[in-house]
Amino acid sequence: MPRRDDLKKILIIGSGPIVIGQACEFDYSGTQGAKALREEGYEVVLVNSNPATIMTDPELAARTYVEPLEPATLTAVLERERPCAVLPTLGGQTALNLALALHHDGTLARLGIELIGASPEAIAKAEDRKLFKEAMTKIGLASARSGYARSFEEAREIVERGNAETGGHPTGYPAILRPSFTLGGTGGGIAMDRAELEEKVAWALDQSKVGEVLIEESILGWKEFELEVIRDGADNFIVVCTIENLDPMGVHTGDSITVAPAMTLTDREYQRLRDAARAVMTEIGVETGGSNVQFAVNPRDGRVIVIEMNPRVSRSSALASKATGYPIAKIAAKLAVGYRLDELRNDITGTSAAFEPTIDYVVVKWPRFAFEKFPGSDQRLGTQMKSVGEAMAIGRSFIEALQKAARSLETGRDGLCSLLGLVDYAALQSDPNLGRDLVMDPPAMPRPPSGQTLEGEALKATLLQLSSVPTADRLFYVGDALRAGATRDEVVAATAIDPWFVDRIARIVEAERDVDASVLAEPTKLRAIKRMGFSDSRIAQLASRGAAPITADEVRAARKRLGVVATYGRVDTCAAEFPAHTPYLYSSYESSSEARPSDRKKVIILGGGPNRIGQGIEFDYCCVHASMALREAGVETVMVNCNPETVSTDYDTSDRLYFEPLTLEDVLGIVDEEQQSGELLGVIVQYGGQTPLKLARGLAAAGVPILGTSADAIDRAEDRARFEELLNELGLARPRGAIARGVAEAFEVAASVGYPVVVRPSYVLGGRAMMICHDEEDLRAYVHLAVEAAREAGTQTILIDEFLSDAIEVDVDAVGDGKKVVIGGVMQHIEEAGVHSGDSASVLPPHSLPPSVVAEIESATRALGLALGVVGLMNVQFAVRDGKVSIIEVNPRASRTVPFVSKATGRPLAKIAARVMLGSSLQALGVGDAPRPKHVAVKESVFPFTKFPGVDTQLGPEMRSTGEVMGIAPTLAEAFGKAQLASNVRIPRSGTVLITVRDADKDAATKLAARLAALGFRIAATEGTGKALASAGVTAQIVNKVRQGSPHVVDLVRGGEVVMVVNTTVGAKAIRDSYSIRRQSLLSDVAMFTTVAGAVAFGEAIEAAARGGAPRVRTLQEWAAGAAD
Amino acid sequence: MPAPRPARLALADGTLFEGLALGAPLPHDGAVLGEVVFTTGMTGYQEVFTDPSYTGQIVTMTAPEIGNTGINEDDTESRDARPQVRAIVVRHLSELRSNHRATEGLDAWLTRHGVTALTEVDTRALVRHLRDRGSQNGAIGEGSAATLVDRARSAPNMEGLDLVAQVTPEASYTVERGNQPEWRVLEAGGSRPHVVALDLGAKQNILRSLVDAGCRVTVVPARTTAAEVLALSPDGVFVSNGPGDPAAVTYAIDTVRDLLGKKPLFGICLGHQLLSLAAGARTYKLKFGHRGLNQPVLDQTTGRVEITSQNHGFAVEVATLPKSARSTHIHLNDGTSEGLALPEARAFSVQYHPEAAAGPHDTLHLFSRFVAAMTA
Repeated sequence: MPRRDDLKKILIIGSGPIVIGQACEFDYSGTQGAKALREEGYEVVLVNSNPATIMTDPELAARTYVEPLEPATLTAVLERERPCAVLPTLGGQTALNLALALHHDGTLARLGIELIGASPEAIAKAEDRKLFKEAMTKIGLASARSGYARSFEEAREIVERGNAETGGHPTGYPAILRPSFTLGGTGGGIAMDRAELEEKVAWALDQSKVGEVLIEESILGWKEFELEVIRDGADNFIVVCTIENLDPMGVHTGDSITVAPAMTLTDREYQRLRDAARAVMTEIGVETGGSNVQFAVNPRDGRVIVIEMNPRVSRSSALASKATGYPIAKIAAKLAVGYRLDELRNDITGTSAAFEPTIDYVVVKWPRFAFEKFPGSDQRLGTQMKSVGEAMAIGRSFIEALQKAARSLETGRDGLCSLLGLVDYAALQSDPNLGRDLVMDPPAMPRPPSGQTLEGEALKATLLQLSSVPTADRLFYVGDALRAGATRDEVVAATAIDPWFVDRIARIVEAERDVDASVLAEPTKLRAIKRMGFSDSRIAQLASRGAAPITADEVRAARKRLGVVATYGRVDTCAAEFPAHTPYLYSSYESSSEARPSDRKKVIILGGGPNRIGQGIEFDYCCVHASMALREAGVETVMVNCNPETVSTDYDTSDRLYFEPLTLEDVLGIVDEEQQSGELLGVIVQYGGQTPLKLARGLAAAGVPILGTSADAIDRAEDRARFEELLNELGLARPRGAIARGVAEAFEVAASVGYPVVVRPSYVLGGRAMMICHDEEDLRAYVHLAVEAAREAGTQTILIDEFLSDAIEVDVDAVGDGKKVVIGGVMQHIEEAGVHSGDSASVLPPHSLPPSVVAEIESATRALGLALGVVGLMNVQFAVRDGKVSIIEVNPRASRTVPFVSKATGRPLAKIAARVMLGSSLQALGVGDAPRPKHVAVKESVFPFTKFPGVDTQLGPEMRSTGEVMGIAPTLAEAFGKAQLASNVRIPRSGTVLITVRDADKDAATKLAARLAALGFRIAATEGTGKALASAGVTAQIVNKVRQGSPHVVDLVRGGEVVMVVNTTVGAKAIRDSYSIRRQSLLSDVAMFTTVAGAVAFGEAIEAAARGGAPRVRTLQEWAAGAAD
Repeated sequence: MPAPRPARLALADGTLFEGLALGAPLPHDGAVLGEVVFTTGMTGYQEVFTDPSYTGQIVTMTAPEIGNTGINEDDTESRDARPQVRAIVVRHLSELRSNHRATEGLDAWLTRHGVTALTEVDTRALVRHLRDRGSQNGAIGEGSAATLVDRARSAPNMEGLDLVAQVTPEASYTVERGNQPEWRVLEAGGSRPHVVALDLGAKQNILRSLVDAGCRVTVVPARTTAAEVLALSPDGVFVSNGPGDPAAVTYAIDTVRDLLGKKPLFGICLGHQLLSLAAGARTYKLKFGHRGLNQPVLDQTTGRVEITSQNHGFAVEVATLPKSARSTHIHLNDGTSEGLALPEARAFSVQYHPEAAAGPHDTLHLFSRFVAAMTA
C-alpha cells in the first residue's frame, strides 16, 4: 500500500526537556520523522518545548511550536492548526501520554484528528500493566507473578500472602515495585523486607499518576534481553536488533551495560523470543511502527518471561538504529502514513527495507551517571533509571567494544582499567548504606578517606562484595576482583553476570599481565593487544610498570613505526553481504580499511560524547548545525561522536560519520585516515563542549589544524593569570580572587579575598564541584572535593573568588571573525548570582537592566572577543551589582545557550559561526547585530531530583539540571508562565503559599505576598517572615519551623493545601536546616522557589494566568516574522 | 584448549587470509580444501555446522563471536550429530561455553570430529572479497602461500558436482520423533498422512517439523526410484535440501519427474531446484549465494514479506519455468526465484528453509500447507 493521500497535514509531538529516561534520542527520532514526512510531501507541524533540539529548527517543519507539552496548550495548537493526524510515537512517553489524554478528553474526536502510529487502544494495552498482563496470558506468554496495590495493606497481602491476582501465591521478598504510568521507572524500586516495602510503596504510589503500584515476583539475576521490532499495516514484522543486558535483571535497562547482538543465546532460544515478540505486537495491536519488547530469561532453565513492551520509538530504538544502521524512526514514520516495509528501501545498501539487519561487529552501550552532582543519593542501581547519558562503542569483538565504550565515557578511565590505588575500597565497603531513600534528613557531609589499605584475601572479599551490588563502577570492581585473585566462578556467583561476559573480562585482566615494554618492538604482540581494545595510554601505563615511564605518544609512535594502525569498517546493516553506500565507520585492528576517504576539502567536527549534566543536547545541536552550514558551503563534513542518542550520529547528518571515542588517540587515527586523500581544512573543537576542547592542545601539538579560535586563545581565557592580564589591558573589572594550590593555601586565599567566596576547580564544565562558602566552616567541609575535581580534570589548581551576593547575572552569546564581534543575544538571569547559569531561568532580552548597562555589557563582549581573537562562537558571563558590571568568565566556544538564543532571535548562530571558522567574514555573510526582539523568551531548567531520593533540591553554583524548556510570548509574565508549565510546574489558581525567607529577602517577599493575597491565595509563614509580613499589613498563618516541633512547615506541605513554597536561606547551616521542606515540596509536587527573584517571576505568571483565556500559541516562524499579538 | 597455531586460508584467486588454527589439527603436510562461502546469521552456528547442505564447504561466519553457547544435544541438523562442514573460518572462537543446555565446548567438539577452525581472521575482509569476486575454492593450511594457493586451485569445482551421495542415508528408515514439547511450534491436526521423504542431505528439523505437523515419515535414500517411492503408498512426497549442483543429481530429477502428478509433492532448497529442473526449467550458480537468516522473501500470493533462513549457491532461472508452473515467491533483494507451484501436479517448493533451524519461524506454516494438500 503506498502512502496515504487523505492526510495532508501531520502534527508530530516532541518529548520536551531532557530528563533522565528521556533524552536526545527523541530529537533524533522526531527529526528523522519530520524529514521523512516532509520528503513525502506532507505539511509537518511540530510541537516541542525544548529549544535545544534540531527538530525545532524552523527549517525542518512547515510550522514549529515551541510551547508547553500539556493538554490545554496542545489543544490550542490543534485548534489553530487543524492537522489531519497526530503522530505521537516519536516523542517518548511524554508524547504518548499527551496523545492519550487528548483522546480521553475527546479533543481529537471533536476536531476530527486521527492518531497515527499507534491506536489509543494499543497504547493503553501496552502501558497499563494489568491489561498488558492479561494480554500476555491470552497469548500464552508467561509474566512474573504480580498484583496491583493502591495501599500498603494491599501491597503486604500480595507480597506475604498472595491474592486472586497472584494466583494465591505470595510474590515474596525481594519485591519489585513498578508504579503505573510513570516515566523512566520513576518511583520504582526493590523492597527487601516489610519495612522497605512500607517506605517504597508510599513513594511509588506518590509517583504514579493513577496512585497504583504493581508488585512483582523478583526475577533478579535473570538474563535480560530487548528486541527492537517493526511491524507494518500488512502484518510484516522484522526484528531490527537484539540487545542483551550485561547487568542481569534488577537494573533498569537504561542503566545497564548492554550488548548487541545478543551474545549468550542459542538460535532456538532467540527464535523463541522472536516468536514471542511477534505475538506481543499482534496482540497489543501495534499496526505500524517501531516498538521494543523486553524479556527475562532464567539462566538455569531458559524459562522466558515477558517484562514489558513500548508501543513507540524508544531510547533502545535509537541505540538499535545506531548499532545496525537501520533508521527505525524514519521507517516508523513512513509506515505510519501507510507504506509497507517492502515498499521502502534500505538507504545504506539500496536493498529492501523489509529485512532483518545482521551485524559483523559487537556493540556495547555503557551508561554515564552523575552521582557526583547529587551527594547523598543512593548510588545503587535498581529499577528506577538514574543515568544521564550513555556512550556506545563498536568493535570487532566484545572485548574491543567494551574497552572502547569504557574510554568513551570520559570518566578518566582509558579502558577497563584498574582502580586499585585510586579508589578507597575500604571506605566504599564500610559505608553500609549509601542512600537513605525517603529519610527526611539532610544529606551527609562527604566522607573523609578511610586511610586503610586492603590487601590479599581481605581485598578480594571486599571487591567481590562490592561487585555484588549493581553500581556505576561495578564492572571496574569486577576487573579488580579478578586482579586480586578472584576466580571466574566467584565473580559469577557474586554478580549473576553471565559466565561468558565474566570470562571476557578475565581475558582482559590476563592479557594485561603480559604487557611490558617489549610490546613496543614486537608488532605481533602489539597488534594482538590493540585488537583487544587497549588504548595507547593504558598500554603505556602497563608497559611502564617497573620500568622507565612510557607515554601514550611513544606507544602511538611505535605503532605507526610497526604499521599497527587502526583500520575502519563500515556499519552496513548486512555484514558486508552488499556494498554500503554510506561511510558510517568504526575503528578496529583488521587487515584492511574501508574508510576510502574522498579527495574533497573536508572538515572534521568533534562531537560532545555522552550526555552529562552540563554537556548535553545543546552541543549536539551546535555540531549538527556546523555540519549543515559547511555542507551548504560545499565542504565535506566528517562527524566524530560516540553518543548513540544524537542527531549528529545519524548516518545522513554529515557526509561521513566515525562512531568513535573522543580521545586524542582515536581522533588522531581518524585524522591520519582522512588525510590520506583530499585536504583536511581543519578540526572544529569548539562545538562539542569541553570534551573536544580538551583535545585542542594535543591535536595542535600533533600538527592538526584547528579551525576558528586558536588553542592559545582558549588557553588565554582559561588560564587565570593570563586572563587577568587581558582584563587589565582592556580595563574590565572582575570579582577579586586568586589561585590556590591545595587545601592549606585555599584557606589563606579565602581569608584574603574575604567571605563569601566562590570555590571551583579550573578547567571543568557545568560548575562541577563549584561552591559558595560563606565562612571557614563551609570551606573546610567542601574544599577537598574541589581539589579532587581539579585533579580529575588534570590540574592542581582551584580558583577562589569573591562572591557577589545579590548580583544579577547576565549571559551573552556572540560570534567573532577576528575583526568584528556580533552579539547574538543578551540574557538576564532570573535567579541572582550564585546559581549556576545552566540552572537559572534566563530572559531574552534583559527584562530589568537599564539600556546603558546592556550597552556596557555588549561593548565589553566585543572588546574581549577582539582581544582574544575569537573566530567562531563565544560566551561571556557577567554579574551586575549596583549598576557595576563585572566579568565572571569567558568561554571561546559554543555555549549551552546557543540553541535558545537562536530559537529566540530566529538567527542560526552556530551556522554563522561555522562559516566564519571556514574563513568567511561576518561582513561578507551580511551578519550584523540583531534588533531587540519584540517578544520575550524565557529559558527554564528542568531537574532530576525525583530520581534521587535524599538529595537536596537547593540550587547552587554546581549545575544539576538535565534539560531546558523555552517559553515565548509577548510579555515576561506570560513567557515565564509558559516556561514553568513546560517544565511541569502547574500554575496554581488558588491555595496556600508558604513563605519562609532570609532577612535580605523579606522586603521582596512581602510585596509578593501582598500580590498573591490580593488574588485570593492564603499565606502561611514562619515566625520571622510572618512578622515582616504583618508589619506590611499582610495576614499570614504562622507555622512552626521543623525544629520547633509538629505541626510544622513540612507537615503543612505534606497536608496538600500548599501550592507554592518560597524558601530562601543563607549559610550552610540554614541550608541544611531547611532541607526537609525542600524535599517535601518535591515529594508533594509543589512549586518550590529557593530564590525570591524566581518566586516573584512566578507570581507574575500566576497573575497573568489569573487573567484567564486559552493559551496563546504562535509558531517560531511567526515570531521570527515579528508576530506581536 | 590447546594453544592455537598460526595458519592461513588461501583462495584460488591467490588472496590470503591469516589466522590461528583451532579445533582438529591440520593435515601435517597438507591442507583442508573446499568451496569458501559465508553465512550472515548471528545465531545458530551449531545448526550451520551440522547442516548437510554445507558438505564440502569451508564456512565463514560473519558473526564475530562464535561458540559462546557451546554445543548441545537438541540443536543438531545432521542425523549423526556430526559437523558436516569441511572447516570453519571465524573472527573469534569462544574459549568458554555458557548455556544451560550445553554439553560440550565448540572447540572440543570440532576437535573430536576432525574439523579445523581458522580463527582471528579478518572475516569481514574475506566476506567483502567473496562478495565482490564470488565464492571460490580455498585451502586452509600451515604451509607456504604458494603451495596453499595451488592446493586451492586443485580442488574440484562446485559446478557439476554431485555431493548428495556423501550425505544420503544408505537405507530407508522411519522418523518417530519431532521436536521436544518445549520447542514445538507446529500443531498436528487430526490426520496422520504418510510422507516419503527423499533424503538428499536432509536437515533433521525438516523431518522433525513434518512429525510435528502430524506426518508419519519414511525417509528414503537419494537413488530411490519413483516406483519404489509409490510402492510405499505415501500420501505425499517430500524432496529435501542437500549439497552441490542440482543439475548433477540427474537420478533424483528423474524420480521427481516421474512422481509429478501422482502424489502431492513438497520440496525445500535443493528440492525446489530439482522440482524446477524436473518441470523443465534451468538452474545456475549464484555469484556468492544466499546464506543467512535475514533473507526477505515476498509471498506473491499473499503480498506478505517473510524473513527466511537460506543456504543455497544455485538458483532457478524463473524465465525458464514452464507454463504449468507459477512463481509463488521471489527474493526481495535480487528478485531470484524463491518458490513455485505446479497446481495441476499438486506440487510446490521453496528455495528457502521454512523449517528454519537456524532462523525465523515465519514460514513454518508451509508444513501445514503440505499436510492440507495431502489430506484434501
